[in-house]
Amino acid sequence: MAKTHKVSFKLNGKPVEAAVEARELLIYTLRERLGHTGPHIGCETTHCGACTVDLDGMSVKSCTVLTVQCEGADMTTIEGMEQGGTLHALQQAFHEEHGLQCGYCTPGMITRAYRLLKENPNPSEQDIRKGIAGNLCRCTGYQNIVKAVQSAAKKLAAAR
Amino acid sequence: MIPREFEYHAPRSLPDAIGLLKQLGEDAKLLAGGHSLLPMMKLRFAQPAHLIDLGKIAELRGISQAGNEIRIGAMTTEHDLLGSRLLAEKAPLLVEGAGWIADPQVRYKGTIGGDISHGDPGNDHPALMIALDASFVLTGPKGERVVKADGYFLGLYSTQLAADEILTQIRIPVPAAGSGWSYQKLKRKTGDFATAATAVLLQMKGRSVARASIALTNAGPTALRAREAEASLAGKEINDASLNEAARLAMKICDPAPDQRGDAQYKRAMCGEMTRRALQAAHARAKG
Repeated sequence: MAKTHKVSFKLNGKPVEAAVEARELLIYTLRERLGHTGPHIGCETTHCGACTVDLDGMSVKSCTVLTVQCEGADMTTIEGMEQGGTLHALQQAFHEEHGLQCGYCTPGMITRAYRLLKENPNPSEQDIRKGIAGNLCRCTGYQNIVKAVQSAAKKLAAAR
Repeated sequence: MIPREFEYHAPRSLPDAIGLLKQLGEDAKLLAGGHSLLPMMKLRFAQPAHLIDLGKIAELRGISQAGNEIRIGAMTTEHDLLGSRLLAEKAPLLVEGAGWIADPQVRYKGTIGGDISHGDPGNDHPALMIALDASFVLTGPKGERVVKADGYFLGLYSTQLAADEILTQIRIPVPAAGSGWSYQKLKRKTGDFATAATAVLLQMKGRSVARASIALTNAGPTALRAREAEASLAGKEINDASLNEAARLAMKICDPAPDQRGDAQYKRAMCGEMTRRALQAAHARAKG
Protein backbone atom coordinates (compact mmCIF):
# COMPACT_ATOMS: atom_id res chain seq x y z
CA MET A 1 0.00 0.00 0.00
CA ALA A 2 1.58 3.25 -1.12
CA LYS A 3 2.15 6.07 1.34
CA THR A 4 -0.67 8.59 1.56
CA HIS A 5 -0.34 12.27 2.35
CA LYS A 6 -3.01 14.23 4.19
CA VAL A 7 -3.61 17.43 2.27
CA SER A 8 -5.80 20.31 3.49
CA PHE A 9 -6.84 23.29 1.42
CA LYS A 10 -9.67 25.74 0.89
CA LEU A 11 -12.06 24.84 -1.93
CA ASN A 12 -14.61 27.45 -2.96
CA GLY A 13 -14.30 29.04 0.44
CA LYS A 14 -14.69 25.84 2.49
CA PRO A 15 -11.91 23.82 4.15
CA VAL A 16 -11.44 20.35 2.69
CA GLU A 17 -9.10 17.50 3.37
CA ALA A 18 -7.99 14.50 1.35
CA ALA A 19 -5.64 11.59 1.92
CA VAL A 20 -3.88 10.96 -1.37
CA GLU A 21 -0.94 9.14 -2.89
CA ALA A 22 1.79 11.49 -4.07
CA ARG A 23 0.97 10.68 -7.68
CA GLU A 24 -2.72 11.68 -7.47
CA LEU A 25 -3.44 14.61 -9.78
CA LEU A 26 -5.55 17.48 -8.50
CA ILE A 27 -8.21 16.94 -11.19
CA TYR A 28 -8.91 13.43 -9.88
CA THR A 29 -9.06 14.58 -6.26
CA LEU A 30 -11.53 17.32 -7.20
CA ARG A 31 -13.75 15.13 -9.34
CA GLU A 32 -13.65 11.75 -7.62
CA ARG A 33 -12.92 12.42 -3.96
CA LEU A 34 -14.46 15.84 -3.47
CA GLY A 35 -17.39 15.48 -5.87
CA HIS A 36 -16.55 18.63 -7.83
CA THR A 37 -17.12 17.44 -11.37
CA GLY A 38 -17.17 20.93 -12.87
CA PRO A 39 -13.56 20.82 -14.06
CA HIS A 40 -13.32 18.26 -16.87
CA ILE A 41 -10.68 15.96 -18.27
CA GLY A 42 -10.42 16.77 -21.97
CA CYS A 43 -7.07 15.74 -23.36
CA GLU A 44 -4.72 14.07 -20.87
CA THR A 45 -1.82 16.06 -22.38
CA THR A 46 -2.04 19.49 -20.71
CA HIS A 47 -3.35 21.15 -23.89
CA CYS A 48 -7.09 21.70 -23.64
CA GLY A 49 -7.61 23.57 -20.37
CA ALA A 50 -10.97 21.93 -19.60
CA CYS A 51 -9.52 21.14 -16.17
CA THR A 52 -8.62 24.76 -15.37
CA VAL A 53 -9.05 25.87 -11.75
CA ASP A 54 -8.11 29.09 -9.96
CA LEU A 55 -5.35 28.25 -7.49
CA ASP A 56 -3.74 30.88 -5.24
CA GLY A 57 -4.56 33.62 -7.72
CA MET A 58 -3.41 31.70 -10.78
CA SER A 59 -5.21 29.91 -13.61
CA VAL A 60 -3.83 26.37 -13.40
CA LYS A 61 -4.48 23.18 -15.34
CA SER A 62 -5.42 20.83 -12.51
CA CYS A 63 -4.46 17.77 -14.57
CA THR A 64 -0.83 18.91 -14.31
CA VAL A 65 -0.64 19.56 -10.58
CA LEU A 66 -0.20 16.98 -7.84
CA THR A 67 -2.69 17.26 -5.00
CA VAL A 68 0.20 17.01 -2.55
CA GLN A 69 1.46 20.32 -3.95
CA CYS A 70 -1.77 22.03 -2.81
CA GLU A 71 -1.34 22.00 0.96
CA GLY A 72 -2.79 25.26 2.28
CA ALA A 73 -3.95 26.43 -1.13
CA ASP A 74 -6.92 28.69 -1.83
CA MET A 75 -8.78 27.15 -4.74
CA THR A 76 -11.84 28.07 -6.78
CA THR A 77 -13.61 25.91 -9.34
CA ILE A 78 -16.66 26.65 -11.50
CA GLU A 79 -18.81 25.44 -8.62
CA GLY A 80 -17.61 28.43 -6.62
CA MET A 81 -18.45 31.08 -9.18
CA GLU A 82 -22.10 31.36 -8.23
CA GLN A 83 -22.62 33.19 -4.96
CA GLY A 84 -25.77 32.78 -2.85
CA GLY A 85 -27.89 31.59 -5.75
CA THR A 86 -26.76 34.35 -8.08
CA LEU A 87 -24.73 33.48 -11.16
CA HIS A 88 -21.38 35.23 -11.56
CA ALA A 89 -21.37 37.90 -14.26
CA LEU A 90 -19.30 35.54 -16.45
CA GLN A 91 -21.78 32.69 -16.10
CA GLN A 92 -24.66 35.04 -16.90
CA ALA A 93 -22.79 36.44 -19.90
CA PHE A 94 -21.95 32.97 -21.30
CA HIS A 95 -25.66 32.20 -21.06
CA GLU A 96 -26.81 35.45 -22.67
CA GLU A 97 -24.16 35.52 -25.40
CA HIS A 98 -24.46 31.78 -26.18
CA GLY A 99 -20.81 31.26 -25.37
CA LEU A 100 -21.19 27.49 -25.24
CA GLN A 101 -22.67 24.59 -27.20
CA CYS A 102 -21.77 21.21 -25.74
CA GLY A 103 -20.50 22.89 -22.58
CA TYR A 104 -17.48 20.63 -22.09
CA CYS A 105 -14.86 23.39 -22.21
CA THR A 106 -17.10 25.87 -20.41
CA PRO A 107 -16.21 25.35 -16.75
CA GLY A 108 -12.50 25.69 -17.53
CA MET A 109 -13.18 28.57 -19.92
CA ILE A 110 -15.17 30.57 -17.35
CA THR A 111 -12.69 29.82 -14.58
CA ARG A 112 -9.88 31.07 -16.80
CA ALA A 113 -11.88 34.15 -17.89
CA TYR A 114 -12.42 34.94 -14.20
CA ARG A 115 -8.68 35.25 -13.63
CA LEU A 116 -8.14 36.95 -17.00
CA LEU A 117 -10.49 39.76 -15.99
CA LYS A 118 -8.66 40.17 -12.72
CA GLU A 119 -5.36 40.43 -14.61
CA ASN A 120 -6.88 42.84 -17.11
CA PRO A 121 -10.34 44.26 -16.30
CA ASN A 122 -10.64 45.97 -19.68
CA PRO A 123 -9.27 43.54 -22.28
CA SER A 124 -9.38 44.12 -26.02
CA GLU A 125 -10.61 41.33 -28.26
CA GLN A 126 -6.96 40.45 -28.96
CA ASP A 127 -6.24 40.37 -25.22
CA ILE A 128 -9.15 37.99 -24.66
CA ARG A 129 -8.19 35.66 -27.51
CA LYS A 130 -4.60 35.56 -26.29
CA GLY A 131 -5.77 35.29 -22.70
CA ILE A 132 -7.87 32.17 -23.31
CA ALA A 133 -5.24 30.53 -25.51
CA GLY A 134 -4.91 27.74 -22.96
CA ASN A 135 -8.58 26.74 -23.32
CA LEU A 136 -9.65 24.90 -26.44
CA CYS A 137 -13.24 24.85 -27.70
CA ARG A 138 -14.26 22.50 -30.49
CA CYS A 139 -17.82 23.78 -30.87
CA THR A 140 -18.15 27.53 -30.92
CA GLY A 141 -15.29 28.99 -32.93
CA TYR A 142 -14.68 31.27 -29.91
CA GLN A 143 -16.61 34.31 -31.23
CA ASN A 144 -19.40 34.08 -28.67
CA ILE A 145 -16.93 33.19 -25.94
CA VAL A 146 -15.16 36.47 -26.70
CA LYS A 147 -18.48 38.32 -26.68
CA ALA A 148 -19.37 36.73 -23.34
CA VAL A 149 -16.09 37.78 -21.77
CA GLN A 150 -16.48 41.31 -23.16
CA SER A 151 -20.02 41.51 -21.82
CA ALA A 152 -18.96 40.29 -18.38
CA ALA A 153 -16.04 42.72 -18.35
CA LYS A 154 -18.45 45.61 -18.94
CA LYS A 155 -20.86 44.44 -16.23
CA LEU A 156 -18.06 43.92 -13.70
CA ALA A 157 -16.54 47.32 -14.47
CA ALA A 158 -19.94 49.01 -14.09
CA ALA A 159 -20.48 47.32 -10.75
CA ARG A 160 -17.18 48.62 -9.34
CA MET B 1 -2.56 8.55 -17.92
CA ILE B 2 -1.49 8.74 -14.32
CA PRO B 3 2.09 8.60 -13.08
CA ARG B 4 3.66 5.52 -11.60
CA GLU B 5 4.01 5.53 -7.81
CA PHE B 6 6.75 7.70 -6.37
CA GLU B 7 7.76 9.32 -3.10
CA TYR B 8 7.28 13.05 -2.81
CA HIS B 9 9.61 15.41 -0.96
CA ALA B 10 9.14 19.15 -0.44
CA PRO B 11 12.29 20.57 1.15
CA ARG B 12 12.00 24.06 2.56
CA SER B 13 15.60 25.11 2.01
CA LEU B 14 18.21 24.78 -0.69
CA PRO B 15 20.68 22.84 1.52
CA ASP B 16 17.87 20.37 2.30
CA ALA B 17 17.12 19.97 -1.40
CA ILE B 18 20.79 19.38 -2.23
CA GLY B 19 21.08 16.90 0.63
CA LEU B 20 18.03 14.99 -0.59
CA LEU B 21 19.29 14.95 -4.16
CA LYS B 22 22.65 13.57 -3.02
CA GLN B 23 20.99 10.97 -0.84
CA LEU B 24 18.46 9.76 -3.42
CA GLY B 25 20.77 9.99 -6.43
CA GLU B 26 19.58 8.70 -9.78
CA ASP B 27 16.19 7.62 -8.44
CA ALA B 28 15.18 11.26 -7.96
CA LYS B 29 14.00 14.01 -10.31
CA LEU B 30 13.66 17.65 -9.42
CA LEU B 31 10.17 19.14 -9.75
CA ALA B 32 10.02 22.78 -10.80
CA GLY B 33 6.81 23.98 -12.49
CA GLY B 34 6.02 20.42 -13.45
CA HIS B 35 4.64 21.29 -16.87
CA SER B 36 7.30 19.36 -18.76
CA LEU B 37 7.93 16.60 -16.22
CA LEU B 38 4.40 15.75 -15.07
CA PRO B 39 3.05 15.32 -18.62
CA MET B 40 5.94 12.91 -19.26
CA MET B 41 5.19 11.05 -16.04
CA LYS B 42 1.51 10.80 -16.97
CA LEU B 43 2.56 9.11 -20.20
CA ARG B 44 5.09 7.07 -18.20
CA PHE B 45 7.96 8.32 -20.36
CA ALA B 46 9.50 9.30 -17.02
CA GLN B 47 9.13 7.13 -13.93
CA PRO B 48 11.29 8.58 -11.15
CA ALA B 49 11.03 6.81 -7.81
CA HIS B 50 11.35 10.16 -6.01
CA LEU B 51 10.29 13.72 -6.78
CA ILE B 52 12.00 16.61 -5.03
CA ASP B 53 9.65 19.60 -5.28
CA LEU B 54 11.59 22.89 -5.31
CA GLY B 55 8.38 24.91 -4.96
CA LYS B 56 8.72 25.70 -1.26
CA ILE B 57 12.21 27.23 -1.50
CA ALA B 58 11.50 30.96 -1.55
CA GLU B 59 15.09 32.01 -2.28
CA LEU B 60 14.88 30.37 -5.72
CA ARG B 61 12.38 32.96 -6.99
CA GLY B 62 12.98 36.59 -7.82
CA ILE B 63 14.38 39.03 -10.36
CA SER B 64 17.01 41.61 -9.44
CA GLN B 65 19.92 43.57 -10.81
CA ALA B 66 23.45 43.41 -9.40
CA GLY B 67 25.79 45.85 -11.12
CA ASN B 68 25.48 45.27 -14.84
CA GLU B 69 23.95 41.85 -14.41
CA ILE B 70 20.35 40.71 -14.13
CA ARG B 71 19.84 37.78 -11.78
CA ILE B 72 16.81 35.55 -11.98
CA GLY B 73 15.99 32.77 -9.53
CA ALA B 74 15.54 29.47 -11.33
CA MET B 75 12.03 28.93 -9.94
CA THR B 76 10.80 32.28 -11.29
CA THR B 77 7.74 31.57 -13.42
CA GLU B 78 7.17 32.70 -17.00
CA HIS B 79 4.29 34.76 -15.65
CA ASP B 80 6.70 36.53 -13.28
CA LEU B 81 9.10 37.24 -16.16
CA LEU B 82 6.28 38.78 -18.19
CA GLY B 83 5.26 41.04 -15.33
CA SER B 84 8.75 42.31 -14.53
CA ARG B 85 9.33 46.02 -15.16
CA LEU B 86 13.07 45.44 -14.75
CA LEU B 87 13.14 42.86 -17.53
CA ALA B 88 10.87 44.91 -19.78
CA GLU B 89 13.32 47.77 -19.49
CA LYS B 90 16.68 45.98 -19.41
CA ALA B 91 16.18 42.63 -21.20
CA PRO B 92 13.08 42.89 -23.39
CA LEU B 93 14.22 39.94 -25.56
CA LEU B 94 13.56 37.68 -22.58
CA VAL B 95 10.07 39.11 -22.06
CA GLU B 96 9.22 38.73 -25.74
CA GLY B 97 10.49 35.13 -25.69
CA ALA B 98 8.60 34.21 -22.53
CA GLY B 99 5.38 35.49 -24.10
CA TRP B 100 5.69 32.90 -26.86
CA ILE B 101 5.87 29.99 -24.42
CA ALA B 102 2.79 27.73 -24.31
CA ASP B 103 -0.33 29.39 -22.84
CA PRO B 104 -1.38 31.47 -19.80
CA GLN B 105 -1.97 28.51 -17.50
CA VAL B 106 1.34 26.86 -18.34
CA ARG B 107 3.09 30.21 -17.88
CA TYR B 108 1.68 30.55 -14.35
CA LYS B 109 3.49 27.37 -13.32
CA GLY B 110 6.35 26.88 -15.79
CA THR B 111 9.70 28.20 -14.59
CA ILE B 112 12.72 29.57 -16.42
CA GLY B 113 14.98 27.12 -14.60
CA GLY B 114 12.80 24.14 -15.45
CA ASP B 115 12.54 25.17 -19.10
CA ILE B 116 16.34 25.41 -19.26
CA SER B 117 17.12 22.26 -17.28
CA HIS B 118 14.70 19.92 -19.02
CA GLY B 119 16.89 19.75 -22.12
CA ASP B 120 14.05 19.66 -24.61
CA PRO B 121 15.21 21.30 -27.87
CA GLY B 122 11.67 22.57 -28.33
CA ASN B 123 11.87 24.75 -25.24
CA ASP B 124 12.39 28.44 -25.92
CA HIS B 125 14.66 29.63 -23.12
CA PRO B 126 17.86 27.88 -24.21
CA ALA B 127 18.12 29.88 -27.46
CA LEU B 128 17.16 33.08 -25.60
CA MET B 129 19.85 32.40 -23.01
CA ILE B 130 22.48 31.78 -25.68
CA ALA B 131 21.53 34.95 -27.53
CA LEU B 132 21.68 36.92 -24.26
CA ASP B 133 25.09 35.44 -23.36
CA ALA B 134 23.62 34.22 -20.09
CA SER B 135 25.31 32.09 -17.43
CA PHE B 136 23.82 29.55 -15.03
CA VAL B 137 24.63 29.08 -11.36
CA LEU B 138 24.74 25.37 -10.58
CA THR B 139 24.68 24.50 -6.89
CA GLY B 140 25.72 21.16 -5.49
CA PRO B 141 27.12 19.59 -2.30
CA LYS B 142 30.53 21.11 -3.03
CA GLY B 143 29.17 24.61 -3.62
CA GLU B 144 28.46 26.74 -6.66
CA ARG B 145 29.86 26.89 -10.15
CA VAL B 146 28.88 29.25 -12.95
CA VAL B 147 28.58 27.88 -16.49
CA LYS B 148 27.87 29.75 -19.73
CA ALA B 149 24.61 29.00 -21.54
CA ASP B 150 26.54 28.65 -24.79
CA GLY B 151 27.79 25.08 -24.56
CA TYR B 152 25.51 24.08 -21.67
CA PHE B 153 23.08 22.09 -23.79
CA LEU B 154 24.52 18.74 -24.83
CA GLY B 155 21.70 16.73 -26.37
CA LEU B 156 18.14 15.56 -25.92
CA TYR B 157 17.32 15.88 -22.19
CA SER B 158 21.04 16.30 -21.55
CA THR B 159 22.83 19.36 -20.17
CA GLN B 160 25.97 20.09 -18.19
CA LEU B 161 24.01 19.89 -14.94
CA ALA B 162 25.56 17.14 -12.81
CA ALA B 163 23.34 14.58 -11.12
CA ASP B 164 23.88 16.14 -7.70
CA GLU B 165 23.38 19.76 -8.80
CA ILE B 166 20.48 22.16 -8.93
CA LEU B 167 20.28 25.09 -11.34
CA THR B 168 19.58 27.93 -8.91
CA GLN B 169 20.09 31.20 -10.76
CA ILE B 170 20.29 32.66 -14.24
CA ARG B 171 22.63 35.61 -14.80
CA ILE B 172 22.26 37.88 -17.80
CA PRO B 173 24.58 40.75 -18.67
CA VAL B 174 22.45 43.80 -19.41
CA PRO B 175 22.50 44.18 -23.21
CA ALA B 176 24.25 47.33 -24.46
CA ALA B 177 22.06 50.41 -24.71
CA GLY B 178 20.53 50.75 -28.17
CA SER B 179 20.62 47.00 -28.82
CA GLY B 180 17.93 45.61 -31.08
CA TRP B 181 16.25 42.32 -30.23
CA SER B 182 13.65 39.89 -31.47
CA TYR B 183 12.34 36.37 -30.96
CA GLN B 184 10.46 35.09 -34.00
CA LYS B 185 8.60 31.82 -33.46
CA LEU B 186 6.68 29.87 -36.09
CA LYS B 187 4.16 27.40 -34.71
CA ARG B 188 1.13 25.53 -35.99
CA LYS B 189 -1.16 26.96 -33.39
CA THR B 190 -1.16 28.99 -30.21
CA GLY B 191 0.64 27.14 -27.47
CA ASP B 192 2.55 24.75 -29.73
CA PHE B 193 6.28 24.18 -29.62
CA ALA B 194 8.28 25.92 -32.34
CA THR B 195 8.27 24.60 -35.89
CA ALA B 196 11.26 26.93 -35.98
CA ALA B 197 12.27 29.95 -33.91
CA THR B 198 15.20 32.34 -33.82
CA ALA B 199 16.45 34.68 -31.09
CA VAL B 200 18.48 37.71 -32.12
CA LEU B 201 20.32 40.38 -30.17
CA LEU B 202 21.82 43.06 -32.42
CA GLN B 203 24.20 45.92 -31.79
CA MET B 204 24.60 48.44 -34.58
CA LYS B 205 27.34 51.00 -35.15
CA GLY B 206 25.82 53.52 -37.53
CA ARG B 207 24.50 51.46 -40.43
CA SER B 208 26.81 48.50 -39.82
CA VAL B 209 26.41 45.56 -37.52
CA ALA B 210 28.80 45.77 -34.58
CA ARG B 211 27.70 42.54 -32.98
CA ALA B 212 25.01 39.95 -33.64
CA SER B 213 23.88 37.03 -31.48
CA ILE B 214 21.72 34.48 -33.28
CA ALA B 215 20.37 31.31 -31.65
CA LEU B 216 17.93 28.72 -32.99
CA THR B 217 15.15 26.80 -31.22
CA ASN B 218 14.08 23.28 -32.22
CA ALA B 219 16.39 23.05 -35.22
CA GLY B 220 18.46 20.21 -33.81
CA PRO B 221 18.93 18.08 -30.69
CA THR B 222 19.69 21.26 -28.70
CA ALA B 223 19.35 25.01 -29.14
CA LEU B 224 22.00 26.06 -31.65
CA ARG B 225 24.19 29.11 -31.85
CA ALA B 226 24.48 30.31 -35.46
CA ARG B 227 28.10 31.44 -35.24
CA GLU B 228 28.83 31.59 -38.95
CA ALA B 229 25.64 33.57 -39.52
CA GLU B 230 26.72 35.99 -36.77
CA ALA B 231 30.20 36.37 -38.26
CA SER B 232 28.78 36.99 -41.73
CA LEU B 233 27.02 40.12 -40.49
CA ALA B 234 29.94 41.77 -38.69
CA GLY B 235 30.65 45.16 -40.20
CA LYS B 236 27.90 44.72 -42.80
CA GLU B 237 24.71 46.64 -43.41
CA ILE B 238 21.40 44.89 -42.94
CA ASN B 239 20.00 44.41 -46.42
CA ASP B 240 18.64 41.61 -48.59
CA ALA B 241 22.10 40.32 -49.43
CA SER B 242 23.37 40.15 -45.85
CA LEU B 243 20.05 38.75 -44.60
CA ASN B 244 20.04 36.05 -47.28
CA GLU B 245 23.58 35.06 -46.36
CA ALA B 246 22.85 34.99 -42.63
CA ALA B 247 19.73 32.91 -43.23
CA ARG B 248 21.66 30.53 -45.47
CA LEU B 249 24.35 30.05 -42.82
CA ALA B 250 21.77 29.50 -40.10
CA MET B 251 20.03 26.89 -42.22
CA LYS B 252 23.36 25.20 -42.82
CA ILE B 253 23.72 24.19 -39.16
CA CYS B 254 20.12 22.99 -38.78
CA ASP B 255 19.43 19.33 -38.27
CA PRO B 256 15.73 19.37 -37.50
CA ALA B 257 13.90 16.18 -36.61
CA PRO B 258 11.00 15.50 -38.98
CA ASP B 259 7.70 15.22 -37.15
CA GLN B 260 4.09 16.36 -37.34
CA ARG B 261 5.31 19.96 -37.57
CA GLY B 262 7.06 19.27 -40.86
CA ASP B 263 9.80 17.41 -42.63
CA ALA B 264 13.46 18.39 -42.33
CA GLN B 265 13.51 20.42 -45.55
CA TYR B 266 10.48 22.48 -44.53
CA LYS B 267 11.76 23.07 -41.01
CA ARG B 268 15.16 24.09 -42.31
CA ALA B 269 13.55 26.60 -44.67
CA MET B 270 11.43 27.96 -41.81
CA CYS B 271 14.56 28.32 -39.67
CA GLY B 272 15.96 30.52 -42.43
CA GLU B 273 12.78 32.56 -42.56
CA MET B 274 12.56 33.05 -38.78
CA THR B 275 16.23 34.07 -38.75
CA ARG B 276 15.59 36.62 -41.47
CA ARG B 277 12.54 38.05 -39.67
CA ALA B 278 14.29 38.18 -36.32
CA LEU B 279 17.23 40.07 -37.83
CA GLN B 280 14.88 42.51 -39.57
CA ALA B 281 12.83 43.11 -36.43
CA ALA B 282 15.94 43.48 -34.28
CA HIS B 283 17.38 45.93 -36.79
CA ALA B 284 14.20 48.02 -36.70
CA ARG B 285 14.49 48.24 -32.93
CA ALA B 286 18.24 48.91 -32.80
CA LYS B 287 19.53 52.41 -32.22
CA GLY B 288 23.18 52.63 -33.29
